[in-house]
Amino acid sequence: MNILNTFLFVILPYLALVIFLIGTIYRYRYVKFQISSLSSEFLEGKKLFWGSVPFHWGIVFLFFGHLIAFLIPQSVLIWNSHPVRLLVLEVAAFAFGLSMLVGLINLIFRRSTNDRIRVVSTWMDYVVEGLLVAQVILGLWVAIEYRWGSSWFASSLTPYLWSIFLLEPKIDVVLAMPLVIQLHIIGAYLIVLSFPFSRLMHALVAPVDYIWRPYQRVIWNWNKEKVRSTATKWTIHRPKNT
Amino acid sequence: MDVRSQMSMVFHLDKCIGCHTCSIACKNIWTDRKGAEYMWWNNVETKPGTGYPSKWEDQDIYKGGWENKNGDISLKGAGKLRGLMNIFHNPHLPVIDDYYEPFTYKYLDLIESPARDDQPTARPVSLITGKPIDIKSGPNWDDDLSGTPDYARKDPNLQNLSPAEQEAMFQLERMAFFYLPRICNHCLNPACVASCPSGAIYKRGEDGIVLINQEVCRAWRMCVTACPYKKSYFNWSSGKSEKCILCYPRIEAGLAPACMHSCVGRIRYLGVVLYDADRIHEAASADESDLVDSQLDIIMDPFDPEVIASAKKNGIADSTIKAAQDSPTYKFVKVWGLALPLHPEFRTLPMLFYVPPLLPVMASLKEVDNKAQAEKMDPMAKNWNDSWLYDTSTEELWGTIERARFPLKYLASLFTAGDEEKVKHVLKKLMAVRIYRRGKTVGDIDEEKVNKVMHDTGLTPEEAEQIYYLTALAKFDDRFVIPASHREQSIEMLDFTGDAKGTTGFGFKESPVRGA
Ligand code: HEM
Ligand code: SF4
Ligand code: SF4
Repeated sequence: MNILNTFLFVILPYLALVIFLIGTIYRYRYVKFQISSLSSEFLEGKKLFWGSVPFHWGIVFLFFGHLIAFLIPQSVLIWNSHPVRLLVLEVAAFAFGLSMLVGLINLIFRRSTNDRIRVVSTWMDYVVEGLLVAQVILGLWVAIEYRWGSSWFASSLTPYLWSIFLLEPKIDVVLAMPLVIQLHIIGAYLIVLSFPFSRLMHALVAPVDYIWRPYQRVIWNWNKEKVRSTATKWTIHRPKNT
Repeated sequence: MDVRSQMSMVFHLDKCIGCHTCSIACKNIWTDRKGAEYMWWNNVETKPGTGYPSKWEDQDIYKGGWENKNGDISLKGAGKLRGLMNIFHNPHLPVIDDYYEPFTYKYLDLIESPARDDQPTARPVSLITGKPIDIKSGPNWDDDLSGTPDYARKDPNLQNLSPAEQEAMFQLERMAFFYLPRICNHCLNPACVASCPSGAIYKRGEDGIVLINQEVCRAWRMCVTACPYKKSYFNWSSGKSEKCILCYPRIEAGLAPACMHSCVGRIRYLGVVLYDADRIHEAASADESDLVDSQLDIIMDPFDPEVIASAKKNGIADSTIKAAQDSPTYKFVKVWGLALPLHPEFRTLPMLFYVPPLLPVMASLKEVDNKAQAEKMDPMAKNWNDSWLYDTSTEELWGTIERARFPLKYLASLFTAGDEEKVKHVLKKLMAVRIYRRGKTVGDIDEEKVNKVMHDTGLTPEEAEQIYYLTALAKFDDRFVIPASHREQSIEMLDFTGDAKGTTGFGFKESPVRGA
């Protein structure tokens, strides 16, 4: 039992993080062609709406919720100090969770029943969507059964997560938690682990820089103006333009 | 002034015979691959018709291009706010059925079928699912006005025509059509570039060719919506968007693009134009009524010393400037004013220009009595005495243009954002060159008439000769004036040779395999 616990809550997170880091960096640098959201909207555009949209808005909100509780737990605790605000947060998070669940079910249904979409599906797509569905169901279960998650996450789980990042893992808090929550934690590690091997890569290259980039892009092979200028120091690498 | 150089094109529609050789040349080189079977970077449409993808010109459906709102332009169906909000599901994305489901036939069944009582058949199967399908459409399903009720009558350009005018176009005796070959326009204000959230699409500084970096494209699929010409295509298998690359590897080697090289009608011209990049935004934001002029305005005179100086400052090679001076496209577009942009109202500043068609527009039928002629014929000869004549006479000089078989409004909707006078002006010039040459070679038009025509359109005999030469006689090197990309430097354009010594080679080395 002890070995298993150590594996699940100490070794697995490190394994997941290391593989995540090495894998995603490797893929970004050397197999860039394979990073894509692999949109299937071109083959089926109507049902996708009822899957992709609720799923993504749900997961994006929940991701940032978890991130904030991890990075600045104090803010969540302060927010939750008022019962009405606590309720607002919990209900909102639950709603986004439901939205994600509904979206995912639609996505999985669409993926497995539409002939065209089946052609562009890999088993990894099913693995990832299976993991996500399990994860969101566990999450919703935790939210109903063990209230109020937003508070105890910030006060109890965050220290555990930090202990992992600070390289001195303390797992007693986790061990004291109910099985459902433990499974939710393990699920999170598995999802992190699956990033380099799946389409989840696309979430890491979300196009935020579009917001401040100028609309038009012109690229010269060489910056000819600079090359011609006598002020430019001549090295073996000619000034490139991007 | 910020002068840059651009590979521009002119397609002379009077010469297109609709043979689709261009499409096949392109397909064989670039898009004969899984996920790209449905793509026709070069396609040839019959006009009137709905085109490919179906009704692509109707931006109420596809939301392509730019729109001018209170003097400033914004993308109609994409852009920073709209694009990012719709990134999880793009409501304006055309789907495969708007193009057609790619198919093949099970030819092997014909050969391998065991002996039976009935003939074996080769059933059509989808190239996506591999399952049998009923073929419902293809890339040129509306060819030569086939299926007119479904296609030609639904042409978005008919919107501005009155019901009576539309009826007139579709009377059997008056029906006429022409071909419209289309490739990517390699625009100066490309909507595809502006719409790409990951910044994968870019315009090459040296020659203005618009390309999609396959390593950076992430299938956010906004370019497909944003390009009003629907010339950015989504590869459903690799999960990357692709588009016409103007055969840049051929251009860099001094060869014409495959579609142009193979063009049977020799309708295609390729050459450099110099333009003022500082005024792109201004030109694209002009009022609807001066869109054509403002777009042509930023194309600069390659003989002007000021333009040359600015070009040199930007590192444009002397050979490129020389090519701009010899450019056939510059002549058609600027010197003679014979070529117009397709749908300038999309405001992408397309760099592919069209010489509008004169023939189907002008030719008309005349009532004649053929009896006397018929009696002279051998009794064996087949003869239908249907008492009409395909009239190409020049009796009334401009009258035929006014009473054209195609309402000028229709052509204006394609090439001048609705300005009929502009189209008429171009058609008159084209007609004038014909009359001038006919006076000279056939000799059945008297000189006074010829002079009047030339005077009306402001053409000099030298110009008419030049237009005639470039239209009818031009050789390969006259039609395609491609500046040297300086072969000795062209490898270095991509990589520094010193860096690649002793390694595998240059450029894109990763094999294009779909990601997991
Ligand atoms: C803000 C960042 C994100 C963006 C911009 C984004 C965008 C997209 C897009 C464009 C698609 C393709 C939809 C289509 O078929 O057209 C997609 C699919 C998908 N995304 Fe995301 N995504 C993001 C974050 C995430 C996250 C955080 C996850 C999960 C951890 C995720 C999981 C998925 C899955 C599983 C699919 C496949 C859906 C299907 O077709 O079955 N995405 N995403
Ligand atoms: S025609 Fe379309 S794809 Fe080509 S450059 Fe213009 S906007 Fe981009
Ligand atoms: S090859 Fe030339 S003539 Fe033939 S369809 Fe294409 S553009 Fe027209």
